[in-house]
Amino acid sequence: MIEVNNLVKVYSSKKKEIVGVNNVSLNVKEGEIYGIIGYSGAGKSSLIRCLNLLEKPTSGQVKIDGVDLTTLKGDGLRKARLKIGMIFQHFHLVSSKTVYENIAFALKAAGKTKAEANKRVLELLDLVDLTDKKDQYPAQLSGGQKQRVGIARALANNPKVLLCDEATSALDPSTTKSILNLLKDINKKLGLTIVLITHEMEVVKEICHKIAVMQNGEVIEEGEVYEIFSNPKKPLTRDFINSILQFDLPEQLIEKRKGTIIKIQFKGEIAEESVVSELFQRYQVKGNILHGKIEYIQDTPLGIFIMELTGEASEVKKAIDYITSKTRSLEVVHGAA
Amino acid sequence: MVLLESLVQLMPDINKAFFETLYMVGISLLVAIVLGLPLGVLLFVTDKGLFLENSVVKGVAGRIVNLIRSIPYIILLVALLPLTNLLTGTTIGPTAASVSLSVAAIPFFARMVETSMREIDKGVIESAIAVGATSWMIIKDVLLPEAKPGLVQGLTITTISLVGYSAMAGIVGGGGIGDLAIRFGYYRYDNTVMITTVVVLILLVQVIQLAGDSISKKVDKR
Ligand SMILES: Nc1ncnc2c1ncn2[C@@H]1O[C@H](COP(=O)(O)OP(=O)(O)O)[C@@H](O)[C@H]1O
Ligand SMILES: [Mg+2]
Repeated sequence: MIEVNNLVKVYSSKKKEIVGVNNVSLNVKEGEIYGIIGYSGAGKSSLIRCLNLLEKPTSGQVKIDGVDLTTLKGDGLRKARLKIGMIFQHFHLVSSKTVYENIAFALKAAGKTKAEANKRVLELLDLVDLTDKKDQYPAQLSGGQKQRVGIARALANNPKVLLCDEATSALDPSTTKSILNLLKDINKKLGLTIVLITHEMEVVKEICHKIAVMQNGEVIEEGEVYEIFSNPKKPLTRDFINSILQFDLPEQLIEKRKGTIIKIQFKGEIAEESVVSELFQRYQVKGNILHGKIEYIQDTPLGIFIMELTGEASEVKKAIDYITSKTRSLEVVHGAA
Repeated sequence: MVLLESLVQLMPDINKAFFETLYMVGISLLVAIVLGLPLGVLLFVTDKGLFLENSVVKGVAGRIVNLIRSIPYIILLVALLPLTNLLTGTTIGPTAASVSLSVAAIPFFARMVETSMREIDKGVIESAIAVGATSWMIIKDVLLPEAKPGLVQGLTITTISLVGYSAMAGIVGGGGIGDLAIRFGYYRYDNTVMITTVVVLILLVQVIQLAGDSISKKVDKR
């Protein structure tokens, strides 16, 4: 659905040139929710704004539904944009227009008649659950409600793609959750392709199928969300994942332990299996769970446990080998292996 | 008592002058809206980074506006006398004065329009572009409504300036309150007329300002 080839965006001013996006290529399939994560200044906004040509790429291709947008201008580009919805961190609603008028504006842009627009606006208000707010002005709405209006406006012309530029970054956690659920719903119901950028791994974990990690204008790692979570390759990616899966034990606590401290990661189905209980039946070791957590990355569990094993050295070794074979992910944090 | 008597005597003159002032200011205000508003929008949308960016148009329009605005009104008034004569067939009276007042008001209001549009969040304009709106739609449905409070303020300031200018037009026989002040107050040393005209002007300006503020507040949905 979206194909980005060797995209470069350079901001030139008299004094210097700033590289916003540095040779990025991406492929987003139809119906996919694609997350782009990175710290501030990584080039995420520059990249997503190139996808509807709000920012003109310096070089490279941006193909949406087979059409290279960089070859379009004027009315052609305008028509293409009707099929690309976008929502923003700060909503960007027209403050002098009511909720209804804000949404109707998008339909007017598509040349719809008043009657057609009216019907569609009412549908959209229902979709985003704001029917009772239709005559209010944006200033009278909460952040979450404003973003719902933004979503309704973006979806007005049945776009194929929805671009979200930090759409939940200005919202509190519970509102964030409800907006993410709405996006997830829309994605399922309408089969809409969604590209979202964020600096919060929580958002990615919640709704994305695929993820790209950006740093200094480049995509440094890309893949299925679950794969990235369970097997991150780049330090920056690990940083982001640690932001939600982090639980380092205090140094003193680890030092005091006599046994071997291991960190085990269970992926998918295995997490639900009783690898641990099996372990104690097979080998002469005692286990002491120091910490444990199971995260659900969109319904697929990812478990992490930190455990102290005590017993004969040879038994401990066998136990460790057993777990390694079962989970392929074991790290000895402290003590002899 | 004498004061009151002379005031009563002056009433018809003051009344006439007052309406002449309203007439001049009204006409030039109308011209300012009809021509200055589009000019102001043009100045804004052709600016760098905006959706109709055009440095040539912006440069030419900006320079003309600056040129007219840098000429003191009283000089503009005199310089435009031939044009005034051409358009109205005379160089005295309120209709004649309206010509130079209008020419002064157009660039004045245009800058006000431009400034009030600068205050619009760029993101809002961008969201309209992203939604696929035409330039005309963005101007009509985003820029003008969003700038409305600022436009009303700008119109208020333009009106008040015009009241001031129209008094100056009195010097060359433009009619209105200024004319009255010059003819009676200045040439005939009539303090009653002088003070009365000043009071009338102060009241007029106050009323305009209050009305402008309250309308501006009413249209502000931010
Ligand atoms: N309009 C612009 N003009 C100049 N530099 C810009 C502009 N927009 C972004 N940049 C620069 O490009 C880089 C990437 O910015 P951005 O895409 O906003 O990152 P992010 O959204 O990941 O925080 C930054 O160094 C930023 O300063
Ligand atoms: Mg950004």
